[in-house]
Amino acid sequence: MSIDVRARYAESHEYARQEGDIVVVGISDHAQAELGDIVFVELPQVGKIIGKGQTFGTVESVKAASDLYMPVSGKVVEINANLQTDPALVNKEPYGGGWMLKIQPSDTKEMGQLLDAKSYGKTIGEE
Amino acid sequence: MPISYPTGAVEEHMITRRSVGLFDIDHMGQVEVSGSGADAFVSRLVSAKVSDMRPPMARYSLLLDDAGLVLDDLFVYRLPQSWWIVVNASNRQTDLDWFRAHSGSDVVITDRSDDTYMIAVQGPNAITLMDKLAKPEVSKLERFTWGNIQMDDVPILFGRTGYTGEDGGEIFFPADKAEFVWNKLLDGGASLGIETKPIGLAARDSLRFEAGMPLHGHEISPKINALEALFKWACDFDKEFIGKEALQAIAEKGLSRKLVGVEVFGGVPREGYEITDAAGAPAGHCVAGMYCPSVKKYAANAFVRPDLTKVGTPLKVIIRGQPKDAVVVKRPLYIPAYRR
Repeated sequence: MSIDVRARYAESHEYARQEGDIVVVGISDHAQAELGDIVFVELPQVGKIIGKGQTFGTVESVKAASDLYMPVSGKVVEINANLQTDPALVNKEPYGGGWMLKIQPSDTKEMGQLLDAKSYGKTIGEE
Repeated sequence: MPISYPTGAVEEHMITRRSVGLFDIDHMGQVEVSGSGADAFVSRLVSAKVSDMRPPMARYSLLLDDAGLVLDDLFVYRLPQSWWIVVNASNRQTDLDWFRAHSGSDVVITDRSDDTYMIAVQGPNAITLMDKLAKPEVSKLERFTWGNIQMDDVPILFGRTGYTGEDGGEIFFPADKAEFVWNKLLDGGASLGIETKPIGLAARDSLRFEAGMPLHGHEISPKINALEALFKWACDFDKEFIGKEALQAIAEKGLSRKLVGVEVFGGVPREGYEITDAAGAPAGHCVAGMYCPSVKKYAANAFVRPDLTKVGTPLKVIIRGQPKDAVVVKRPLYIPAYRR
């Protein structure tokens, strides 16, 4: 499984990657592989403010629906509209074309509370 | 049989639609019925007409209880000296008990499940693959018939039947040859340049769902009668069969619900999800639902009030508390090969 070293990770397998003032949110390669073929992604409205650990959407694989949790608090400034027509992007490029949200973080300290790539790798059994 | 192989459920579905999928379905049960009373017994036991069946015919049927509820669905093969009945894995024992409870001393019922292996070979290239690997040619067989073929020294009964909506067949052969036959089909596909992959349960479900075929425990079950599940066509009311009188009474009284196909917008419908009419009044519930890879739709099968069954009727499916737009659609979503 690949781990994006530029991102930080929640224990629930979402990543948060700082890009300037914006944080890009998605799910890890490990998470997409565990879920299997993703067939639907439900994302919030742009402008919504969601707290760390709160549900921001749902990802549906062939067999099950799973909640998505905010890795850091913030205001949704953009959602990945491509996932509506091609949810399998999350499987194919979890860190690239399969991103889910761009948020304006409300508390920059929260990034530091997430796991770095190395620690996340350990939690999923990869060194 | 795993949920999916490393190929992935959606791709497995598409491979079966474009080339060949192999399904390791040894869990299915096979029951042989013989004896001087076998013909009369089978005719009364199953809902479909069987009196006109001669070798090598095979036919779909239901197994009903006295109330017209669906105990199982079956494939019935007319063999030269007996009947070969394929039953669902989870019902093997209850079906056998039911068969035995309703048979007389002139009928012999033998469970062949343990010494028989079953693989489905399905897809537009399935017949070509079989013809390259076994003799005589199965392309000569009509749909819903069977033939005896030989793969090297393994005797195989090939039924030109299936559960995917594609052409192909289901093969029965001695269980100790399972690995040989499976590998021969996989390796044969590879060396002949015919894309052939093992297919898991998830794709088996989406393939059968698109093609409008029922899955026991979902569209049919001992809590669902044959008429509301839209299986009047599989019931021969010109003969006597278990459940006939009950179904006639149900038909006279009128159905309280009916199976429909429902397309859903903005979410994946799943088994158990509630359905309302456009005004929000309770209408029924989903018994199966998923993403359908070939038709690229989110769809469910649902039992709904009989006034809501017309194609085009707007409904709402409740997904995690949110009512999502839905509409009754024509079943099946994907026209099976044998109807094209």
